[in-house]
Amino acid sequence: MSRAPIPIAAIAGLMALALAGRVDAQRGGGRGQPPPPPVPRAAAPIDLTGYWVSIVTQDWRWRMVTPAKGDFQGFQLTPEAVKIADAWDPAKDEAAGEQCRSYGAPGLMSVPGRLHITWQDDNTLKIETDAGTQTRLFHFGDYKTPANTPRTWQGVSLAQWQMPRGNMPLIFRPADRAAGDAPAVRPGGGSLRVVTTNLRPGYLRKNGVPYSENAVLTEHWDLYKRPNGEEWLTITTQVEDPQSLRTPKLIAPVFKKEPNGAKWDPTPCSSRW
Amino acid sequence: MLPAGPVSAQVDLAGTWVRSSQSDNGAAREQNDLLGIPLSADGRAKALSYDIASLSATERQCQMYPPFYAITGPFPLQISIEQDPITQRLLGWKIAGWGDRDVTMIWMDGRPHPSQYAPHSHGGFTTGTWEGDTLTAVTTHFKMGDIKRHRAFSSDRATLTYRFNRHGDLLTVTGILEDPVYLAEPYVLTEIFRLTANPNNFPLTACEPIEELPRLHENPALVLHYLPGKQPFVNEATEHYNIPLEAVQGGPETIYPEYRKKLKDKYVQPPPVTRGRGAQPPQQ
Repeated sequence: MSRAPIPIAAIAGLMALALAGRVDAQRGGGRGQPPPPPVPRAAAPIDLTGYWVSIVTQDWRWRMVTPAKGDFQGFQLTPEAVKIADAWDPAKDEAAGEQCRSYGAPGLMSVPGRLHITWQDDNTLKIETDAGTQTRLFHFGDYKTPANTPRTWQGVSLAQWQMPRGNMPLIFRPADRAAGDAPAVRPGGGSLRVVTTNLRPGYLRKNGVPYSENAVLTEHWDLYKRPNGEEWLTITTQVEDPQSLRTPKLIAPVFKKEPNGAKWDPTPCSSRW
Repeated sequence: MLPAGPVSAQVDLAGTWVRSSQSDNGAAREQNDLLGIPLSADGRAKALSYDIASLSATERQCQMYPPFYAITGPFPLQISIEQDPITQRLLGWKIAGWGDRDVTMIWMDGRPHPSQYAPHSHGGFTTGTWEGDTLTAVTTHFKMGDIKRHRAFSSDRATLTYRFNRHGDLLTVTGILEDPVYLAEPYVLTEIFRLTANPNNFPLTACEPIEELPRLHENPALVLHYLPGKQPFVNEATEHYNIPLEAVQGGPETIYPEYRKKLKDKYVQPPPVTRGRGAQPPQQ
């Protein structure tokens, strides 16, 4: 089948229309300032709020029970970190009031438990855990960490929405489907990127595998709504800490949404269990 | 430091992605380690009847693993784009095969899945859609096979849903395996891959069966298995880690946090480990 040539005049006309649209957009309506961008809460491409439960199908032996001292399979530790792990003493941590060491942000999402996610205000997402009764605050926008902010188990988390593209690039767009078929590109997507620093030194695993105060935690929170109504959350997690880890620690714990907080079960930090 | 405003995610999946997360997806030393697998009663019975030596049977040496092996296996993902030769529009994404895993072609052109009576293959049949910037793919029509560590199985009625999320040079693949025969709940695993310019793949090669176990060749009618209650390694993981047998044998209850309450009074921390402590270098 031969393809009819596209008249040059038609191409020129389309380009003129496209240019006109761009100019109009730059004028901002011509009546003063453009409207301010929506606050992060209103701009959220995904709704993370609600109750979520850990699904422990990975690393069960290291998450559901406290493994043996010296079992640091899965980590690439520096000699300095090996020394710390080998010196792990839960009684000593308890005596020092540091029984929350394994509940710091770099390890917290791998601790079996539930999350309760709410908006504290338009710019701050609050993540509470029942295991260890911890609270993480994700600050959006141009949040500035106040000077002399003390290091904490949860550190300071700066958050940013990763917005879905308005238009899939043509090369990745499948051919149009027949009327009545499911579309090849459905709306949705978007994720949350969070970078956490200013941490108090803690443990990546309950048995004393350490991270230092210089650790940087980078997370991507991705939501998946299934056709059957279930909602799943995958948190791609990278811990970079050259003082303790020879290579960044990468894991992606999974959560499933629950209808309410009926199973919410706050329990204090424990250095032994 | 993060820029204050939102940014767009990436959608190009082409390239070679090296397995980079440090989870126990493919690792276990004990034959009866079913920890964290939401097996049904039939799934547990199937797992306990399995003798890994059966892979040495002539007819099984060259069989491939089911698609879930993309997440639990040891090799990189080599992903390429398949385009319509005339329009250059996207037909699908191809994940190259390995020595023991079939090619996965994720058809994006809207073709339907075959009839439920259609033949099943080791790779199955996969279609995909974009949901925003995330590729969602669904695989059906794959044969029964080993889903983790030569210990548990999916049946030929299973369905695998993949989610591909790219974040810079990292690709997170979430696999949701559902099986009305051997699983009581979806079995969800994740794996993180890092884009590499120095791939070290293990390509599909012709497999030639050889004589591995003389007793199998001397008696071709022998079907290696363990009868109910006769699995000789059933207590191995409990002996090594002090984890109660009921947990070692998996099940849906064991994957939720509240199961820890049942373990608390039964578990005693093992003595310190002096060998096999980990710190293996990552695969490159």
